Parts: sequence; C-alpha cells; structure tokens
Amino acid sequence: MNAPLRRVGVVVMVLFGLLFVNLNWIQAYKADEYRTSDYNGRVQVADYKRKRGNIEAGGTAVATSKETTGTLKFLRTYPGGAEYAHVLGYKPVNLADQGIERVENDFLAGTSDQLIGDRLKDMFTGDDSGGGNVLLTLSKKAQDAAYNQLRNNQVGAKKGAAIAIDPRTGAVQALVSMPSFDPNPLASHTSSEAAAAFNKLEQDPDEPLKNRALSETLPPGSTFKIVVAAAALENGITKTTQIPAGSSWTPPTSGSPIRNADASICPEPKVTLLAAVTESCNTGFAQLGVQLGANAIKEKARQFGFEQEDLTVGELGEGGLPTAASRTGTIQNADGGDDPAALAQSSIGQRDVRMTPLEGAMIAASVANNGSQMRPYLVRQLLAPDRTTSYYTAKARELRQPVSSQVAGDLRDMMVSVVQNGTGKRAAISGYTVGGKTGTAQSAPDRPDHGWFIGFALDKNGTPISAVCVMLEQAGSGGSAEAARIAGQIMRAAIADPGGR
Amino acid sequence: MTVAATPAPSPATAGEQSGVRLARSRRNAELSLLLLAMALVAAYGATVEANLLDTVTPDFWMPAATLGVVFLGLHVVIRFLAPFADPALLPAVALLNGLGVGFLRRIDLGDAPVADREGLATFAGQGGRQLAWTLGAVILAAGLLAIMRDHRSISRYAYTLGLAGIVLVMLPAVLPPSISERNGAKLWIQFGESFSIQPGEFAKLALLVFFAYYLVRKREVLSLASRRFLGIDFPRGRDLGPVVGVWLISVLVLVFEKDLGTSLLYFGMFVVTLYIATERVSWLLIGLVLFFGGAYLAYVLGETVGGPFANFYLRAEIWLDPFADPTDKGYQLVQGLLALGTGGLFGAGPGGGQPGILPEVQNDFIFAGIGEELGLFGLSALLVVYLLIVERGLRAALAVRDSFGKLLAGGLAFTLGLQVFVIVGGISKLIPLTGQTTPFLSAGGSSLMANWLLIAVLLRVSDGARRPVTGAAGKAPRPAAGPPEQLHGAPTEVIKP
Repeated sequence: MNAPLRRVGVVVMVLFGLLFVNLNWIQAYKADEYRTSDYNGRVQVADYKRKRGNIEAGGTAVATSKETTGTLKFLRTYPGGAEYAHVLGYKPVNLADQGIERVENDFLAGTSDQLIGDRLKDMFTGDDSGGGNVLLTLSKKAQDAAYNQLRNNQVGAKKGAAIAIDPRTGAVQALVSMPSFDPNPLASHTSSEAAAAFNKLEQDPDEPLKNRALSETLPPGSTFKIVVAAAALENGITKTTQIPAGSSWTPPTSGSPIRNADASICPEPKVTLLAAVTESCNTGFAQLGVQLGANAIKEKARQFGFEQEDLTVGELGEGGLPTAASRTGTIQNADGGDDPAALAQSSIGQRDVRMTPLEGAMIAASVANNGSQMRPYLVRQLLAPDRTTSYYTAKARELRQPVSSQVAGDLRDMMVSVVQNGTGKRAAISGYTVGGKTGTAQSAPDRPDHGWFIGFALDKNGTPISAVCVMLEQAGSGGSAEAARIAGQIMRAAIADPGGR
Repeated sequence: MTVAATPAPSPATAGEQSGVRLARSRRNAELSLLLLAMALVAAYGATVEANLLDTVTPDFWMPAATLGVVFLGLHVVIRFLAPFADPALLPAVALLNGLGVGFLRRIDLGDAPVADREGLATFAGQGGRQLAWTLGAVILAAGLLAIMRDHRSISRYAYTLGLAGIVLVMLPAVLPPSISERNGAKLWIQFGESFSIQPGEFAKLALLVFFAYYLVRKREVLSLASRRFLGIDFPRGRDLGPVVGVWLISVLVLVFEKDLGTSLLYFGMFVVTLYIATERVSWLLIGLVLFFGGAYLAYVLGETVGGPFANFYLRAEIWLDPFADPTDKGYQLVQGLLALGTGGLFGAGPGGGQPGILPEVQNDFIFAGIGEELGLFGLSALLVVYLLIVERGLRAALAVRDSFGKLLAGGLAFTLGLQVFVIVGGISKLIPLTGQTTPFLSAGGSSLMANWLLIAVLLRVSDGARRPVTGAAGKAPRPAAGPPEQLHGAPTEVIKP
C-alpha cells in the first residue's frame, strides 16, 4: 500500500500548492484592488486612526477631530455647526464626504504625498502628529453676518444664499446657503444615526444640503442690467447717453409689453444710461438690449463668467467645490437671427437667463477691481500637522478681464449711484463708497419674486474691500431691498475684519 | 505499473534503510521544538499587545506559558506511552493551536473597550475558552494514548465505531432544530445555554476507523474478485456494500443538513481510503468523475428544482462572482478576500489589522483574519506547518507495518489535509465556500478535541512505525545495531514484486 500512500502525499502537495498559488494571486497580484475596494471597511478604520487636521477660518477651528474610545479613534466635530456646513461639507463614516473635507481629504487625513516627510518623521519619532491643517479665506465676522442676517431676514424668505469675495484677490470672505444643516450628526460613528440624519436632510423639501451660493441658478432679474450696461458702454454709449425708455414698451414681434416695476420709474421717453441703472428702468434696458443684439449681450455675459462649467472654488491650482454654470439661454431664433421679444426679456435678466450667487458676486467684484476678475478661492494656506511648514499659500490669480478699466469705472459710478440715489440705498455704509444693483426676478406667475443684490464696498482711497451677492429665493415684495440691506451688513463686517483678508 | 516506469527507488528505500536512526526516540528534539513553538506563540502575544494596547503587559506570556504547561504534559505522556512517536507532530500542532488561541485572544482584545483591554484575563473571552478547550482536548488525546497502547487494538471496535459514526452524523438531523440548528446548519447538539458539541467532528474519526478496518479485511477480495467493465475492475457489490452504505448514508444526511464541506470531506476520505486499500487508480478517477458530475448535477438541480440543492446553487453562484452581491449574499466571501488582499505580502502585523470586520472570523474565516495580519508569508508558513503534519502522518502510514495502520494513518492524514484545503480554498475563492473549521485554529471545542484525537492516533501509529520490532511494548530499549528487522514483523503486508 505504500505506492498509493506516496501518491496521496503528492496529491496533498498539489492541493497545498494550489492554495499557495491562489493566495499569491490574492495577496500579491490582487492585493491593491482588494485593499482599496469600496467594500473594504478597513480603509476607513485606518483613516480614523490618525488625527485628522483642522479646518480653520479666521484663526478659529471650524472642523476638528476629537479622540474617542471607540473602534474609530477620532470623531470629526464641527464647532462652527450649520454656519460653515456648506463650505466645510462633512466627513461621514458611511456616506460620501463633501465640501472642503472632500476636496482636501488627502491633506487633512495626512495621506497626501506632500506630507510624506512628516510621515517619515513620525516613523522615527514614534509620534503620530496627524493630518495637515487647512486654513480658509473666510472672515469669521463676515461669515457670522452673512449667516445671521440671512437666517433672520426681514421678509421671511426661507431659502437663499450670500457670498462675499475680496475683489482684489478673489478670496471668499463669506459663503452661506440657507437653509443650512448641522454636519455633526452626519459624522457620527453610529452609522444608523448618521444615515437617519442624512435621510432626513435629503428628504427635506427645502433641500438644506444644496449649496445655493455655488450651485443654484435662478433668473438674476435687474442685476443682469450691469452686464447689458457693460455691453452698451463698449458699443459707443456713455453714462450720459440718452436711451429710449417709457412706462411701457412692446418688442417688435411680441404682444406682451415690458413695464417698469413702478409707474414712477422712467416714464419719460428718454433717460440717461446712468438714470436707467439707478432707477432700474426695465423699458430702457429692454430697448437697449434689442439695440445691441443678442450676440453682444451673450458675449459680454460670457466674458463676465457666464457659461463657464468647470469653475471650482477651493485651492487656486486645481480642485475645489464644484459650481454650476450661469447661462444666458437661447435669446435668438433658431436661424440665429435676433428674437426681439426674447432679447428684450433677457436684457432685464428674465426668460432663460440664470445666474449663481457666485457669478453675481464675481460681476460686482470685477467692476470694483477695475475690470479684472480674480479667480475665487477658499483655501488660503495648507499647514503641516505641527503647523511649522506651509505646503501651500494662495497667490491670487486673474481669471479674466471682462471689461476695460475705463468701462469698469463707468459701471462703478452707475452702481454707486444706485446705492446713493436709487434702489440700493439700504446697502450704504457711512465712510465707504458702496455700489450695487438690485434685482427682482419673477420665477413663476403664482410664486413670489426672488430678491437679488450684487454690490461692492470701496474705502476712502477707492480700494475695493468686498464684493457681495445676496439672493433671497421667493422673497416677494421688498426682497431686493432686504438683500441690499444684508449685503451692506456683510460688507460692513468684512471691513471690520481686516484679518480675514 | 512496469519497473521501468517507477521512479528511482531512493525515497522508498531511504526510510527503510534508516531503521537505525528511526529507532532513536527523538523525544528531546520534540521538547526543543515544542519550546520553540511556545516562544513563537509568546512573541505573537507580545506583538498583539504592543499593537492593540500600545504597551506589552507584564502578563503577556501567560497564555503561551499555560499552553506550554499543557503541551509539556502531553510531551511527558508521549515520553512514557509512545516513546518512538514522530517528534515533529506535537510541536507543529502545538504551534497552530497556540497561534489559534493567540489570534482569538487578539479578537477579544480588539472587541473590548480600550479601557478594559489591559485587564483582559488569560481565561477570559473566546481566547480563554479556547485555552480551556485545548486543555480538555490534550487530556483526551493523552487518555487515548493511554488506553490505546497499540493502534491495532481499535480495529476490534471498528463496527461499533462505524455505527457510532453514523449515529453521530445523523443525530443533529433528527433532533429538533431548537437544540441542533445554528446559523442555518443543523450540526449541533446544544446542552443548556453555553455548551454545545458538533458530533460530526467525531464521526469523522469513527467512520475512518471503520473504513480502514473493513477495507483491510476485504482487501484481497476487493482487488482480486472483480468484474471488468469498461476496462475498470469493479469489485463485487457484496464486498463493497457495507462501506458504500455507511458512506452514502453519511453524505446524504450531510447534504440534507446542508453541511456541504463535511460531505465533501467524507467523500474524499472514502475515495482515498478505497484507493490506498485497493491500489487501483480507477477509484480515484471514478471518485473524481462522480464528484464533478454530482457537483454539476447539484448545481443544475439547484437552479431548476431548488429544494435541498438550492443552497448548493447559491454557494456556486457566490463563488463564481462574489462581487455580484457584495453586501448581502457575497458579503462573507468578499470580506474574506478584502482581508486577505489588505494583508498583502507582509500583513498588517499581529494586532495591526481589522479582522473584527470579518463575519465568523473566529470560525470559518479565521484563516482570512490571520492572513490580514500575517500576510502571504505568514499564511504560507502556516500552510507549510499543515503540510508538515499531513506528510508526517503519511510517513507514519508508509513506515508502519500493518495494513490497518497504513490505511488508518494515511486516511486520517489525508482527511486533515483535505479539510485544510476545503476551508482555505473556500475563503480564498479557489473552490466554493463551505462551512468548515480550520483544524487547531478555529474556535470551538468539538473540532479541537476531534483533531487532537486524530493527532493522538497518528502519534500512536507513528510510534508503532518507528518502534524497533524487538522492543517490548512500552519499553524503549537502545536500538540494536544490525540489519533492519521491520519486514519480519509485517504479517499483513502483502509484499508485491
């Protein structure tokens, strides 16, 4: 019986050889695929082993990690609560992470290639210093003002957004979307709790998870007149040129007349461009738009940043929070010829024109900054875990030049006139030059209008300090005036917080 | 087989020529290897503590030392009762058992709140329970060595054991599910709240004794009185009847208990003992054809008819593509693969991984859990240790002089190897996953006891194989110089030209 016994020995060897080959296949060849699989909870537990870095705004930590005694060692907490939720996002255990937490995940988690030196150092010292720290551009005061003013707005709007930018650099000073949410339960280590909190937010009809400042586009109403005015100024019209106005005007091919918001607004047949902007004269701009043609308006809007789909707000290089593209929509006929009715309505920011609050703030900022539009950004600096080394410091970059410095100067004068003599008086700040443009946009016949304000503040020397866009969704009557008031408060806070810049 | 086709006879003769060397008891070698194994277990425990507690407690050596005392006890028993037993078996098994206890303790530590970890007592949790089981299993093994002074003596109880084996296999099937079912498999007998045994684990041993005895007795008839059909010699039905009957009953019962792994194990055990006994390769071929045919049939039936085959179909589907339903049906296998993949070549280090994520990491998936922390190199080492035990068992079978001993040791050694193959192949997606314990590693007393009994039998057979024939039983005289004498004492071995 020895011969078969020996063969059985060989069979066992072959069986174990198969096991060995198969284990090689799994643990060597397929190892990386399995290690990084979405179903592999280990990656996550390992993620939570190292202390995640802070996210800070104006010297205060708004996202930080606390040590726990659970399996997941560090709990992510958001001391800033709902106020910073749309900027920071959240880092949940079982859901997709969002916001800056997502954009800067590698650096915060300490796994970024940039931090390889720190990890090596940790290996030798035995310390675990954690992930790097992300410093945001947000001004604490401006963010407070934007959050509180928006939440307690005097027209009872439930949804809206506000964003403030430093016109000279593009650094975002405040970014709030309303309604907001508390990110803390979403980061809970009890995944059922986190999932319940998430589901509740997701099913909320007011869509609190949506970042309205960056990704919601709404008809901009009269704020779009700044774009049309810029196109006009570049086509031989000046501030003092008389343009046709009137209490009502019907475009050549359409039966529905365009009227002004109030009978007292530019009833005379001709007004200056300055007066048309100051009073927000619809009939004037409708006729001006038809005179300029669809191509001129679309092109000007594009130069201000409309139609850009790939803009992100985070670091200046790449990455960041995604934004929605603002659109002018189809203004022309199918054959490419002008459709005067569409053109007239589009020229006053209605019909298919859609704008994000970010785009509104960028228009105001480029006007304030002599026609130069800076690329908006949220990440000011990346600091090593021990805060000694800076791995990134934002260097402001021009995104584009929508208008010449001279046209920007004229637009600035007109916008300042809006705040001094026109519809935007509530944005005024004593001691500072404030300019702006209100907007009231019809959304649907049976729904209240959206209230808009875009504007900027210059100091005594004419240096731009802040550019803001406030949007109140379905705010109804008085919405744009309230938006102007809130914008003024945000800019006031930005002025009072020089450290935020 | 012609003489020309046989390989060079050196391996065969080497064992027989080394009769003089084999006659040495090598007990001191066993002792040193055992101490080495315990040192490895202690080092493993220390590394686990360093990783999970950030410190090594002054008591880290306690489990290893406790196990060491237990195994030393068995070593002393072997010195007296089986002085010529293979010296590699005990240390190899002790290493596996020790790592099993260490890994289960590591799971306990991982599950415990951080504050309580340092205070986890040696006999607490699953690790402690496994430690206690080890003590019981080793006492059982020592008892078997004491009772069974010659392995041939159990052949007297072959029919009783065969009957007992069938009863043990069938017992959970006939018992009400409340005391026999766990996780959907009816394999248990539950005594009270916390104590339960898996009788099937012991049935394996009992049935093999019966197979070995019966096949040895009918050996001549089986190989001679046969009918030729399709170029294959088939024995007469009445010669093979009882053993086929016993096997068939067991496998059918197991299939209906949905214990596919064990039924595969019994099938392999049966075919291989039949092959060793008859020396006919045709049995292996028939076995393989039956196996693959049966598996395919069960798959097709499972897809169309369902019923008792549905479970088989499901398992085959999971095996073919575990990632098709990674969060439900394929969850276990997927998580096992991810654990192995995460471990990679070197592993996360003892205590450095997250094996707690794995479902059933203390039972079926213990090899995946260990693979995460020890990596490919660690698992390869473990496989080599298993291979060593199996090949040492086969070597005892080769060297022992009686046919019953050859069949018994050969069958047991192969069954152990097959069990490792089935479970490790299952969790690594080489073959469909079937529930099996990983010998000496998985938590659970039944498996540990049954496998230690198996080792006791192998020790006994190897003692018989290596004992100088002139020596009186129980005594260990110095080896006498001179020609090897073992052929004189091989009355039942048929020496073929």
